[in-house]
Amino acid sequence: MAPFKVSTVSLEKKQNLRIKYKRAPNAFIKFFTNTRSNRSVWGNILLVAFLTFLAFLFLFPVIFMVNNAFKPLHELLKFPPDIIVRTPTLNNFLELRVIFQDSVIPLSRYIFNTVFILVIGTAGQIIFASMAAYPLAKYKFFGSEVISRIIVLSLMFSPVVTAVPNYVIISKLGLIDTYWAIILPAFAATLGLYLMKNFMEQIPSSLIEAASIDGASEFVIFWRVIMPSVKPAWITLFIVSFQTMWGVTGDMYIYKENLKTFSYALGQIARVGIARQGVMAAVSLIMFLIPTITFIIAQSNVIETMTTSGLKE
Amino acid sequence: MEDKIRVYGFKRNKDLYLMMLPFLVLFFIFVVLPVSVSIIISFTDFNLLQFPKFVGLSNYRRLFLNDDIFITAVKNTFVIAVITGPIGYLLAFLMAWLINELPAKIRAILTIIFYAPSISGNVYLIFTIIFSGDPYGYLNAKLLEWGIIDSPILWLQDTQYMLPVVILVSLWMSLGFGFLAFVAGLQTVDKTQYEAGEIDGIRNRWQELWYITLPNMRPQLMFGAIMSITSALGVGDITVALTGFPSPNYGAHTIANHLLDYGSVRMEMGYASAIAVVLFGMMVFTNLLIQKFIKRVGT
Repeated sequence: MAPFKVSTVSLEKKQNLRIKYKRAPNAFIKFFTNTRSNRSVWGNILLVAFLTFLAFLFLFPVIFMVNNAFKPLHELLKFPPDIIVRTPTLNNFLELRVIFQDSVIPLSRYIFNTVFILVIGTAGQIIFASMAAYPLAKYKFFGSEVISRIIVLSLMFSPVVTAVPNYVIISKLGLIDTYWAIILPAFAATLGLYLMKNFMEQIPSSLIEAASIDGASEFVIFWRVIMPSVKPAWITLFIVSFQTMWGVTGDMYIYKENLKTFSYALGQIARVGIARQGVMAAVSLIMFLIPTITFIIAQSNVIETMTTSGLKE
Repeated sequence: MEDKIRVYGFKRNKDLYLMMLPFLVLFFIFVVLPVSVSIIISFTDFNLLQFPKFVGLSNYRRLFLNDDIFITAVKNTFVIAVITGPIGYLLAFLMAWLINELPAKIRAILTIIFYAPSISGNVYLIFTIIFSGDPYGYLNAKLLEWGIIDSPILWLQDTQYMLPVVILVSLWMSLGFGFLAFVAGLQTVDKTQYEAGEIDGIRNRWQELWYITLPNMRPQLMFGAIMSITSALGVGDITVALTGFPSPNYGAHTIANHLLDYGSVRMEMGYASAIAVVLFGMMVFTNLLIQKFIKRVGT
């Protein structure tokens, strides 16, 4: 009886192993063990090697910037500079804090201004652009073709010369020295609409017609059917819009010091001169980190969508 | 091919018009109006102080016949755009597509890494150090050490090297908004189509790309094309950051630099607007050509 017993144990073990493997198939391992018949293992290995190499190439300036923020002044002024900091210090950040403590307008005020513009500006841009994109993407009606064309054309006109007419319009509307001087033009940014429209064009019309037969109004279709299926698009728009609004200084339209943005304040501090090099490096890092963190959070949402969206014919 | 629902009459579809209304009103005020005004100003002599004076086509005549620097700027812009436009576009797509093959988490990390240069504001700093004309600048130091050159090269001051350096940095910056749109677009391609393709005998990645992925990505390809065109022909920030403004001997002077010169330094708004209109025309023309090409993809 004994040998028989041994064999059952090993079978059990094997089964356990198999279950374990099934339960936790590491995506990366799976990727290399060739799950699809039209993928070669060597192709995958080559791909990963190539991308890793490129990733380092792209990260190089970022690594340099991060290190700069922690360099003492004498290391910053050295030429040629070292990439990696030798004696890391937090002095640059402490100095920045001291400057803000001495400033007439408290730091919190600048941050509030930026947050207000960021939240309203980004949310509004996504909502207005998507709402206008839906009819243009999925319907043919009087004027739809013309509007679409004008929108594409407007993407190609240089903002340098429209700055003057824009200023006149904004001052005539009485928006100078208000947040709206920054927010309202952002709502009209055509890039977002064009992105949303292009993604929405991929949604099959039969889906909309089916929803409409079921009695859903256009607003309901837009909110329940269209927006969920283009989630990758509006998350992308969110990232780019956030990045732009975060960097807005508004110095053309806002003159009152207490309405100025955080990026404006940071920029002013960094502009003073060579003695502020350290502070400038710290400022660069902060300016980089906030949108990057937002990006990471948003991007992980894009990946989540992938598994949930199934709105195709 | 076009999958759109035809609608008639205003009353039955007032919801659709209502949805577009807020955007269209703002779009008219903040985009259509200023652009139209700029186009009109391009036919005038306007210095911001006196009321614009109508001068017909004289701004355009001056631009093409009497402004040698503008012709230099057009040449430089073409050299940069012809290389960075197509290569940057293909690079953005290629990277998005390669990343898409990877497991989700690694894809997310790589997307962020490749997009990082577009987030950080002062990426040019490192390039001015790499390409510094000083014998201790990174590149010169290495080349001297290896004995490839005898004396340091003024990468950013010598007209011979300025454009190649600008092109290199532009390419390195080319993974921007278009790249993100590609990454997002690849994720909306129906997965069942790939499975069906596998059964129907699609043998490798390249066939899958041509027959399934690209046709499904047409809208994103159009979007990316616009982004590439506007950034390639509108190149300007990079040349200023690397070679200064104006660049030595106008060696890296672009149309956008010329525009900036007249629009915000010399304040000749009429002339600046004429430059903007010409640049606009070039972009529109390029876009028409590329849209035609994209329509044929995957067939």
